[in-house]
Amino acid sequence: MSTKILKKTAKKKPVNTLEYKPELCINCGMCSAVCPHGVFKSGKDAAKIVSFDACMECGACQLNCSVNAIKVDSGVGCANAMILAALKIRKKATCGEIC
Amino acid sequence: MESKLKFKNKKIGMKAENMQTESYVCDSIITLANRWDHFLVRIGWRRNHHRVKPGLYKLGNPTQESTIFVSANYTLSFDALRSSLKGIDCYILVLDTKGINVWCAAGKGSFGTEELVHRIEITKLSNIVDHRTIILPQLGAPGVCAHEVRKRSGFKVEYGPVRASDLPKYLETRTATTEMRRVRFNLRDRLELIPVEINAFLFIMIVVIFTGLFTKEIWKSLQIFGILITGLALFPILLPWIPTRDFTTKGLLLGCVAVIMIYSLPSYLIGGIVGWVLVFETLINMLIMTPVVAFLALNFTGSTTFTSRTGVKREIFKYIPILAVMFISGIVLSVIVYLTNMEVII
Repeated sequence: MSTKILKKTAKKKPVNTLEYKPELCINCGMCSAVCPHGVFKSGKDAAKIVSFDACMECGACQLNCSVNAIKVDSGVGCANAMILAALKIRKKATCGEIC
Repeated sequence: MESKLKFKNKKIGMKAENMQTESYVCDSIITLANRWDHFLVRIGWRRNHHRVKPGLYKLGNPTQESTIFVSANYTLSFDALRSSLKGIDCYILVLDTKGINVWCAAGKGSFGTEELVHRIEITKLSNIVDHRTIILPQLGAPGVCAHEVRKRSGFKVEYGPVRASDLPKYLETRTATTEMRRVRFNLRDRLELIPVEINAFLFIMIVVIFTGLFTKEIWKSLQIFGILITGLALFPILLPWIPTRDFTTKGLLLGCVAVIMIYSLPSYLIGGIVGWVLVFETLINMLIMTPVVAFLALNFTGSTTFTSRTGVKREIFKYIPILAVMFISGIVLSVIVYLTNMEVII
């Protein structure tokens, strides 16, 4: 039964690139403080991921983790920016001058 | 010798220009002029021109022990902060984010470690206060590396709540509750975005209306107008209540409903079209118009507070080809219908 559920969730591709190595964590609490979607929570000895799918890849946790325990390929989740970049109207998939 | 001295003086003079010698003064009052400015921001009027001068500001009568808050030089950000700090004597350090809000500026790095360290230096912050703590908005974190700021400037970065309005409560205990740490995207937040969404497609909408007026096909141009409004205004409002997870499929669903309401229902009720003709007409309109709504829905991802790059990228690769095929086949079908003179249908 449980393996069935596991297989089902494994089939569903994650919508983010978040990677976390708990063995490096010093439990400083920074990741759970900066995350706007409550992905991390301070645990007993190390932070733990409690809401993996909510990650929007803003990159705040990676940048503020002093022991490099978190890795995420951060960027803007904006279709407009990516389409403009794909059409070579904009050089990179980032927000332009106005947003 | 003399020229050397002159050169030296010039250099010192230039340096002094870069330094902010005296703090600016601000208050917590939102004036009528501020409100007018906020209104212009919300309708997207000259979006790049709502700036505050970067630098150090005094709010009330701060002392050497007073708290320092950091903000962006965007009027909405700065005004939200200062109006939330009523009756608190403190300093506000405004970074030069080129008139962009904290979160977006952090995303592209202009609200970032470099600018923060630089601004601390040129305002001589370490001479102004005795303590070594600065409070940043939580959403500045994607651009600021707290431990690097401490290493380079000596100031400890403390991340406050997401919203400035939570600051008075935060300051009581200097800890943020779970609720303060979360971004929201409620109905009010989504409603505030609609004018800017419409503004982005204003030119196309005006062209549609004027083409209708000149070709005397006002009804048709109104229908297209309705479809655009569905994607730009109705979609943001209904976002959480439309089933399915992807933005594109949400848009397709909403588009189908819109086509039935805007095209099929009037055809049936006013035009008296029934049976297979009505079905065929609905099909063609859905092929052309639902991809438009879906595309506008996909475009809205950038305005939300929760979409990830990986997720959006996947949606683009998965759905853009489908939308293109739908749209083109719809156009081809309607051209065939037009050429074969089946005018009843279109």
